Amino acid sequence: MYAFDIERPSTIADAVKALKEEDAQALGGGQTLIPTLKQRLAMPSALVSLTGIGEMKGVCLADDGAVCIGGATNHATVAKEAAAHYPGLAGLAANIGDPAVRNRGTIGGSLANNDPSACYPAAALGSGATIITNAREIAADDYFQGMFETALEDGEVITEVRFPVPEKAHYQKFVQPASRFALVGVFVAKYADGVRVAVTGASENGVFRWSEAEAALSADFSAAALDGLTVPADEMIADLHGSPDYRAHLVKVMTGRAVTAAA
Amino acid sequence: MPKDGGIGASTTRREDVRFLTGKGKYTADINVFGQAAAIFVRSTVANGVIKSIDTSAAESMPGVLAVFTGEDFVDVGGNPAGWLINSRDGEPMKEPKRPVLAHGKVRHVGDAYAAVIAETEQQARDAAEEIIADIEELPAIINMADALAGDNVVHDEIGTNQCFDWGWIEDNRAATDEAIRNAPHVTTLELVNNRLVPNAMEPRASIGTYDAAGDSYLLQTTSQNPHLTRLLISAFVLGIPENKLTVIAPDVGGGFGSKIYHYGEEALVLAASKKVGRPVKWVADRTESFLSDAHGRDHVTKIELACEKDGTFIAFRTTTLANVGAYLSNFSTATPTFLHGTLMAGNYTVPNVYVNLKAVFTNTAPVDAYRGAGRPEATYSIERVIDMAARELGMDPVELRRKNFIKRDQFPFTSAAGLEYDSGDYDALMDKMEAIVDRKAFEERRKASEAKGKLRGLGINAYVEACGIAPSNLVGVLGSRVGLYDAATVRVNATGNLSVMVGAHSHGQGHETVFPQIVADMLGIDPASVDIVHGDTSKIPFGMGTYGSRSLAVCGSAMVRATEKIIAKAKKIAAHMLEASADDVDFAEGQFTVKGTDKSVSFGEVALKAYIPHNYPLEDIEPGLEETAFYDPANFTYPSGAYACEVEVDPETGKVTIERFTACDDFGNVMNPMIVSGQVHGGVVQGIGQALLENTTYDENGQLLSASYMDYVMPRADDLPFIAVSHDGGTPCTHNPLGAKGCGEGGAIGSPPTVVNAVIDALQSGGKNVTHIDMPLTPARVWAAMNNA
Ligand SMILES: Cc1cc2nc3c(=O)[nH]c(=O)nc-3n(C[C@H](O)[C@H](O)[C@H](O)COP(=O)(O)OP(=O)(O)OC[C@H]3O[C@@H](n4cnc5c(N)ncnc54)[C@H](O)[C@@H]3O)c2cc1C
Repeated sequence: MYAFDIERPSTIADAVKALKEEDAQALGGGQTLIPTLKQRLAMPSALVSLTGIGEMKGVCLADDGAVCIGGATNHATVAKEAAAHYPGLAGLAANIGDPAVRNRGTIGGSLANNDPSACYPAAALGSGATIITNAREIAADDYFQGMFETALEDGEVITEVRFPVPEKAHYQKFVQPASRFALVGVFVAKYADGVRVAVTGASENGVFRWSEAEAALSADFSAAALDGLTVPADEMIADLHGSPDYRAHLVKVMTGRAVTAAA
Repeated sequence: MPKDGGIGASTTRREDVRFLTGKGKYTADINVFGQAAAIFVRSTVANGVIKSIDTSAAESMPGVLAVFTGEDFVDVGGNPAGWLINSRDGEPMKEPKRPVLAHGKVRHVGDAYAAVIAETEQQARDAAEEIIADIEELPAIINMADALAGDNVVHDEIGTNQCFDWGWIEDNRAATDEAIRNAPHVTTLELVNNRLVPNAMEPRASIGTYDAAGDSYLLQTTSQNPHLTRLLISAFVLGIPENKLTVIAPDVGGGFGSKIYHYGEEALVLAASKKVGRPVKWVADRTESFLSDAHGRDHVTKIELACEKDGTFIAFRTTTLANVGAYLSNFSTATPTFLHGTLMAGNYTVPNVYVNLKAVFTNTAPVDAYRGAGRPEATYSIERVIDMAARELGMDPVELRRKNFIKRDQFPFTSAAGLEYDSGDYDALMDKMEAIVDRKAFEERRKASEAKGKLRGLGINAYVEACGIAPSNLVGVLGSRVGLYDAATVRVNATGNLSVMVGAHSHGQGHETVFPQIVADMLGIDPASVDIVHGDTSKIPFGMGTYGSRSLAVCGSAMVRATEKIIAKAKKIAAHMLEASADDVDFAEGQFTVKGTDKSVSFGEVALKAYIPHNYPLEDIEPGLEETAFYDPANFTYPSGAYACEVEVDPETGKVTIERFTACDDFGNVMNPMIVSGQVHGGVVQGIGQALLENTTYDENGQLLSASYMDYVMPRADDLPFIAVSHDGGTPCTHNPLGAKGCGEGGAIGSPPTVVNAVIDALQSGGKNVTHIDMPLTPARVWAAMNNA
């Protein structure tokens, strides 16, 4: 680690202000950022901790029934407090990392980081969520822009994420055996106006929607509806843990299992 | 029945209280007044010429006390290989110098070429980043076959990447070739024994302290054998006289082989301490462990099994390339040869065995002994090819093995690979295993799995290994440069309790519990009154440390011998006290009694007498009660086992789950069954890790892709089954006083082929024509194999 200053604002406004300093960086649960700093791979002048900001924490229901989660809410809290309203989302949160990670890591940090193998991006894209920042509201379809790339501007803070609640949903994660992130994770959500299928872990371009599956499942919400569909292997990730072909294959298997589990 | 807390009792581990309450004292926990910090600068390329290293900016950084490069160590010695292997043509192996810091060339990613000593670790890190090294990158030599074929060499001065080309037993080569040529059936299998990173929980660490007052040095370090480390530093590397160097290995958090060896960092902190006049401390981070600890395994093997149509084995023949990495680590030449080739007859009466093994230098971390060391590689090759042969011959895999087993009444048995197995009963182990597994009900379990859409397989395995390392005369003939005896000093204190100084080093094994059980049992006293002292060369006799499952069989035997001497002397003292002749004195349950009388004195009274020798026959008996024994084993010990594993394979994803695991071992007489079960559990878990999970991968440029826990898969509790363990009723070792065989490695030796055999069985049951998959059997590999079949 290199030396840095640390700020602990208690309001979003103060946090945004502190982040205007050159090379200041937001600190959520630190589950990605702290290891990066330990490896001396980043050199921020100051970290602005978001976890002391009360207005960015907690789970609540909006008037339209959407589940709203503060940007600094940790995974364990989502697993517990969203369970009654959106079990598919709570189930995803409950299977991120280990207890230490879940009690530290935050939804804002996960979405801001947009790791191509992270779980939350699949839930956000699969639910058609809205990412709310200190400056604007961004639809999930516009937010994810490739591996570790998002629509966020420098210094922009995710203050809240709003999830419309589907009729049914499920997240199937085939774990990468070392990191236990998703080797392939598929989030399937059935809404009144159609089915959304979001895939994480698989693509070099980060989380994506599998539109052929969405169409087939919108017509017939059963694993059998996927028969005959194939996922192209190009632009799938190749690494120690799986080839592009394997990942493409798993996308279909996990989608089918998610549908069966949700139905 | 074992006596309370004596031999055979499952006494709980006394050291665990300290470990589990955070009171263990590991090297990193030690802080010495005035200590400075060392940070190593390591190569980021696998192969490169060091053109220049500019340390001037680093030297002027705040807090910096000294900067070292390879240049500073050109006049000192190299870290040697402990075993000289001769090639088939009689040529001695190639031994390039292994310097304290890389000089001239860097030879693997992680090869240290500079070190910074500063007031604080942070300052040392900052300064390390200011060292400007001009390193001209060369193509990396990674693949062993390419390394042998090309003219790009790891060590220019030896001009080849072949360290040696070894034949075992060379005189049997022609007969084995002939037997295979004429055999009615030959099964051939090409396989890879995957490289493993040891991953001890505690990373390596060392503190060097030079004391100008006595011109002496202290090295506190993470070592499995402090005396060997001292010997290597003294006699080969730095030339510090042994009487001026104390090596202490305090609590050590696991080694699995990787902390047997002396490493350059240890020499550096000593030299640096003298130069800067301060203690110098270094603690590896996890990345350094991945990159610079000695790795394990890494063989590429072709094995042929020739047999009669009825399954009678005629010959095993193997050709193996063994990766030794960029430098020869201390045991790296013994591991693939005498700890591997000599076991290539397995548990079988097979008459012909021939092993050809070439050791190959590559631009990767050094490879050396890792839990099992050579024997897992032997067992894996043998037991995989037997399984394949059983399938080809349409025979039951258990029956094929039984048909060829050495039978109980054939021991002692000299195998075709040259070892004399002293005792064993392989059929009895197989019987026990089959009973626990309930093979008859397997088909029902398979049906139940199939009903869930899973394939189920049963894999079995038999192993024998050679441990309790090692008879010095024999290993001397075979090229060892050290003796492999061990030593113990039993010191009875005046008040009747004991301090036992042992050459073995406990880094998880539980010596502090088991060794007192034995001494207390022999003396008829409370084990709580016996304590073990280990790990400090200034306190213990010269022993060879702990590895190769030798602590109990070798050091424990020394301890028994020393305790016998104590009893003999105590008897004389007791006889004097009882006014009897020593021949008339019996010793039992801690009491010396004159035969046929009720006259007796206790062990404690005799101890006190030895130290307060009033009215004492000083002309015949020395005062004091302390004895030392060195013990050199007459042979290796030969533990054996029969293992079984049941797996489920998800045919859609290729994921393997282990449903049941059974380990039946023969460790001879067992001193503490609970601790032995723990050793089996740990070994089996590491074997399962090798079989399913641990995937050490260098890319073609020599970058270690699996250099963190984000990519290197350690076995975790939820990857593992309940492990049914049985080790009672073993056949005692015939040549050591405890009748004990080593138990530290059997689990890691017996389990990998068991798991792989089970997966192949599962795939075959699902109609997939898959005959082999190389470890680790990751979901992706299993899926690919199924889909190519
Ligand atoms: C052992 C381990 C296992 C894990 N397993 C999983 C897993 O299975 N699945 C999974 O999805 N994830 C997993 N994670 C990641 C973890 O879930 C965290 O979500 C993730 O590390 C990022 O969240 P954080 O709050 O820790 O962010 P930090 O590490 O604090 O920050 C990450 C990045 O986001 C920025 N940032 C943080 N908060 C905000 C905000 N509110 N607005 C804007 N920018 C922000 C930071 O500046 C930084 O660039 C794992 C992590 C570990 C250490």
